[in-house]
Amino acid sequence: MGTVLLIVLIVIAVVLVIFAIFTYNGLVRRRNETEEAYRQIDVQLKRRYDLIPNLLEGVKKYFRQEQDVLTQITQARSQAMRPHSPREQAQSEARLSGAIGNLFAVAENYPELRSNTVLLDFQEELSSTENKISFARQHYNDSVSNYNTKIQSFPAVIFARMMGFTEREYFEAVGPERESVTVSYD
Amino acid sequence: MSESPYEGTFRERIAVNRRNSLLLIAAFLAFVAVFGYVIGYAWVGDPAGALFGLALAFVVGTVSGLVTYYGGDRMVLAASRAKEISHDDAPVLFNVVEEMAIAAGLPMPKVYIIQDSAPNAFATGRDPEHASVAVTSGLLKKLSRDELQGVIAHEMSHVGNFDIRYAMLVGVLVGTTVLISDFFLRGLWFGRGFGGGGRGGGRDGGGGYVQLIMMVVAIVLAILAPLFARLLQLSISRQREYLADASAVRLTRNPKGLADALQKISGDREVLEAANRATAHLYIVNPVKGFEKRAKGLFSTHPPIEERIAILRHMEIGGITQSAS
Repeated sequence: MGTVLLIVLIVIAVVLVIFAIFTYNGLVRRRNETEEAYRQIDVQLKRRYDLIPNLLEGVKKYFRQEQDVLTQITQARSQAMRPHSPREQAQSEARLSGAIGNLFAVAENYPELRSNTVLLDFQEELSSTENKISFARQHYNDSVSNYNTKIQSFPAVIFARMMGFTEREYFEAVGPERESVTVSYD
Repeated sequence: MSESPYEGTFRERIAVNRRNSLLLIAAFLAFVAVFGYVIGYAWVGDPAGALFGLALAFVVGTVSGLVTYYGGDRMVLAASRAKEISHDDAPVLFNVVEEMAIAAGLPMPKVYIIQDSAPNAFATGRDPEHASVAVTSGLLKKLSRDELQGVIAHEMSHVGNFDIRYAMLVGVLVGTTVLISDFFLRGLWFGRGFGGGGRGGGRDGGGGYVQLIMMVVAIVLAILAPLFARLLQLSISRQREYLADASAVRLTRNPKGLADALQKISGDREVLEAANRATAHLYIVNPVKGFEKRAKGLFSTHPPIEERIAILRHMEIGGITQSAS
């Protein structure tokens, strides 16, 4: 009788250990996914910084009358590139997106520019970069949602915190950033 | 459908696809071996011939499997006359693919264009690291950017779900089965193969009897196997389209784009010349026109397009777009 009980206990212990290993690995994988997704946002932001000077160079001559629109973008860009707190960062990103949106709006006033291929290419590149940033954020939020749900659900909830897994924060848009994602490309 | 948690269906689908891929390879090799054994016996008339047939079929099956696994995507793309492009060849397409790869958290696939005025698209490859997305030039011309985004999101979902690998393996299964069946039936037609020595007097009556049975079994297998393989291929690809549509909406958060695109593609009357029976199941909308109408249900590679559009339109009203961050 004693040995049967012992065997049952050992089996239960082994099953629990295997289960814990799988859960732990699952949590690690999801946590790494959120970190990877977060880095992807930075990659896209950096790409936008690199792209802007080239693109502005290409279309400068079409906006001779609208110099301030161009300088606005250049200024917003250099400001956004400086290191700040996350909150300030989000604000300066928003300003940059706003300045770019402004340029598109101004371009609307020049009917002859609408069919200009150089300008259309430029619009496509900038709005696609904006899209890439917001899709990178969306993917980050998706992966955070997975990770947090996993941590908060049974059975991981019992030991996730003990093993150092804590919820990650969602990326929240601040102020005008919400509007900037709707920059139109038509 | 829009209520189900994305990650749940997504992960489950990947796991199911991985397991099914392994099962499929095992079942396929077993089947090819049995098929080869029976054909070998029927042809030569003794167990030695059967073993030779088994070995031959096994080698053919393994080689065609390996060749397809590592080069199937290139074969499909070459057969569709697809040309790889870079960013500057078609900036909008390239950007849209890049956007969807980012939204899905997948590596950037290779991008191809098929010069054909019929609008359509497909994805292929053995895993997300070796994936390709191909669209026709007609698709680029006829679809708006939002619609193109919906189509590409659908294709990236196939990539992320490992549907592309599975579709490729099923393709090998169908191809090899048809090949072996054809080989056998043709051999039969031209005078019962090389070994028909049994007729002269029957070395021993028992052997001739077994050979006859094996012949009947082989003929039945040769006729039925390709049919079953094809049915398997069709039933599998139908379920996948619904899931890829749903996953696509999770990426774009814009069901209208994909719904409009499906409507345009299915309403288009041009015939995609680059597609054939072997590649039809890969495309976003069945390119073999008229076939879908004639053989509804069992024999179509895709669920009825009206139903797919209706589900997407329902999501539009259902407010999945409001959940966008």
